[in-house]
Amino acid sequence: METLQLWIGALLTLMIFSFLYRDNPFYKFAEHLFVGVSAAYWMVQGFWNEIVPNLLAKLFPNQMANIVEAARGSQVQSHYAIAGILGLILLTRLIPPIAWLSRWSMAFIIGYTAGTNLTRYLSSDFVTQVQSTLSRPLITGSGANWFDTLMLNFSNLVIVGGVLCGLIYFFFSKEHTGAFGKMSRVGIWVLMVAFGASFGYTVMARISLLIGRIEFLRGWILSFL
Amino acid sequence: MKRGIPIAITFLVGISLVIAFFVPHAPFDSLDRHIPEYFNIIAAFAFVLGGGNLLRVHLTRITRRDHEWAYSIVTVVGFLLMMIAGLIKIGQTETGTGINLKADLADPALFFNWLYDGIFVPCQATMFSLLAFFVASASYRAFRAKTPEATILLVAAFVVLVGRTPVGQWLTGWVPPPFDQYLHIPNLSAWIMSIPNLAGQRTIQIGIALGIISNSLRLILGIERSHLGGD
Amino acid sequence: MTFFEKLGSVDRRWIFLFIAVAVTIPLLTGRSAPVIPSPIVQHLFDAIDALPPGSRVLLSLDFGPSTVPENLPMASAVARHCLKKNLALYVITIWATGPPIINTLMNDVIRADFPDKVYGVDYVNLGYKVGNQGVIQALNTDFKGQYTMDAGLGKDLAPQPTSRIAMMKPIGGLRDFQFIVPIGSGFPGVKEWVQFGGDVSGVDVGGGVTAVEAPLLYPYYPQQLSGLMGGLLGAAEYEAALTQAYPEFGESAKVALVRMFPQTVAHLVIVGFVVLGNIAFFAAKRRARKR
Repeated sequence: METLQLWIGALLTLMIFSFLYRDNPFYKFAEHLFVGVSAAYWMVQGFWNEIVPNLLAKLFPNQMANIVEAARGSQVQSHYAIAGILGLILLTRLIPPIAWLSRWSMAFIIGYTAGTNLTRYLSSDFVTQVQSTLSRPLITGSGANWFDTLMLNFSNLVIVGGVLCGLIYFFFSKEHTGAFGKMSRVGIWVLMVAFGASFGYTVMARISLLIGRIEFLRGWILSFL
Repeated sequence: MKRGIPIAITFLVGISLVIAFFVPHAPFDSLDRHIPEYFNIIAAFAFVLGGGNLLRVHLTRITRRDHEWAYSIVTVVGFLLMMIAGLIKIGQTETGTGINLKADLADPALFFNWLYDGIFVPCQATMFSLLAFFVASASYRAFRAKTPEATILLVAAFVVLVGRTPVGQWLTGWVPPPFDQYLHIPNLSAWIMSIPNLAGQRTIQIGIALGIISNSLRLILGIERSHLGGD
Repeated sequence: MTFFEKLGSVDRRWIFLFIAVAVTIPLLTGRSAPVIPSPIVQHLFDAIDALPPGSRVLLSLDFGPSTVPENLPMASAVARHCLKKNLALYVITIWATGPPIINTLMNDVIRADFPDKVYGVDYVNLGYKVGNQGVIQALNTDFKGQYTMDAGLGKDLAPQPTSRIAMMKPIGGLRDFQFIVPIGSGFPGVKEWVQFGGDVSGVDVGGGVTAVEAPLLYPYYPQQLSGLMGGLLGAAEYEAALTQAYPEFGESAKVALVRMFPQTVAHLVIVGFVVLGNIAFFAAKRRARKR
């Protein structure tokens, strides 16, 4: 069975790689199979890892005790019925005459996401980031030698100045002229360096994934040589 | 009913969580504890909805004999095979092949995981690895130093890419101390990541944070209603 | 067509073939590339190395098969490091594709390299929960409420109630851990662990991500992130730091180091492509201007 699995994996890999030559029925077959299998995978994972232990076992502990041992002897936690009802209402999206009911569940999801994002992004991605930027000393004498001290000071200036100029670039309510325009230009340069670094790392990431696949194909070829 | 109740639900849930951030006392501590748990359960139902929708779309294509409907049969067969194997946990038990509902879903003895390792893993991994070829092609055909800004981008990318290779070591190995601390290409690459890259990414992060904060406020207050759809 | 015009209009399938050969040949040699840990990776290593024995570390494997070549070596190196330091390792995932990867880590790394370590005392597999950042938020206040059962060890150990597992007893929420190590490749991942986990509970967070995501997380370092492994290079740097401090891992912890050789060659090929492409472009532009 393991050999069969290896061969199926290898053949699917080659079918998908065939897209590099041109689009063809083998690639389309693999792509459609993947779509079906992955949708079912996520559904099954959601059912067995969340709905069964964290909903059904909490609403019906005695009935679920044979499957979820931790439910044995525990009390019914009826407030989870709220989540269960909202979850079932979400599924009405598949029934056009009553699909509007699913908006109630969507509203819960949106409300949760908006409520948590507002506070967490404000705290972690705004206040803390501004604090980290402004808490850097603009002048420091703590380098190991004169060049290190010079570069430390320059680095602090790049961070504070770079963030400020970058934010100025994104402020479109004022025309980018004069000193404002010059600072905006510096902001673009800092952003370009960041994008260049991202490009370099993106190349690294993609090549790593290819290395993994070639290692797999090497293993497959070695298995029948 | 169709718009009023959803807007009210969004407001009540959102504002409870915002208040709970500042007021860790009853009833907000209980809400802060239970609302994420409810969200997790509803998210699991969303996966079921996704699967159901996929079946509906592809079965419609098959019955209507739409363009490339034969591939939809492949999708439906793959979906049903994986779903049945997973829902009833068919696999090797102590007494032979059978159903073992108590087994953990990640148990390698389950047929579900055999399908996962044989189909899902190679397909997903290969799909993503195709990007390596397209990045190489883009590097050759699209990345042009047409403007000073584009040149800055390419120079930064060059330093980062070459920085950790023996070529990087060789190119600037002659730089004497103390300049090698920053001008030796591997060290320059690390400096680029931790200083100008940090500044640029922080700018973007602050901008995105402000956008998310304002959009979250609009959603909670019911000003933004596009997620409710028409009618 | 001049030489440079031809160069600029090469069929991209030749480029695909070139990059495939450039990666395959170095990979077949099995050589590894020398790697020196960068400061951001060294800080992560030092942070974990400084934890006293018995410290509780939460390791979250939030990635799928597509990024296993980058992320699994990170997870393996961190797991080896934690168990070598006699830290208590709690392994979870908030990605649906995480459970099989946890199984691989359990069987190929933990049980293979540390046969003396006891499940439920030194390490535990808690499996997957749905909800993305909702899971992290729920773990802050009610860890055991989310994980009523563990995920076991396949056919060797069936899932059991977490109330029976010794190392779960002191865990009420994320605050009861001394370090959180998320290894991720997108959403949800390290960013969500920083926002909803570390910043809320005050527990140190340090992790690993794919190279695509690494530059985006630098703003969190060092106030909100103790360190970061970025891509295959980050994994190789952590392996280098680990084998330098603990040479007994020299043979087992070198997966990423071996992959760095074809990675390095590919980097040089890509740089070559960019340079060649620009030469062809500017030569064609100059020729057009002359005309």
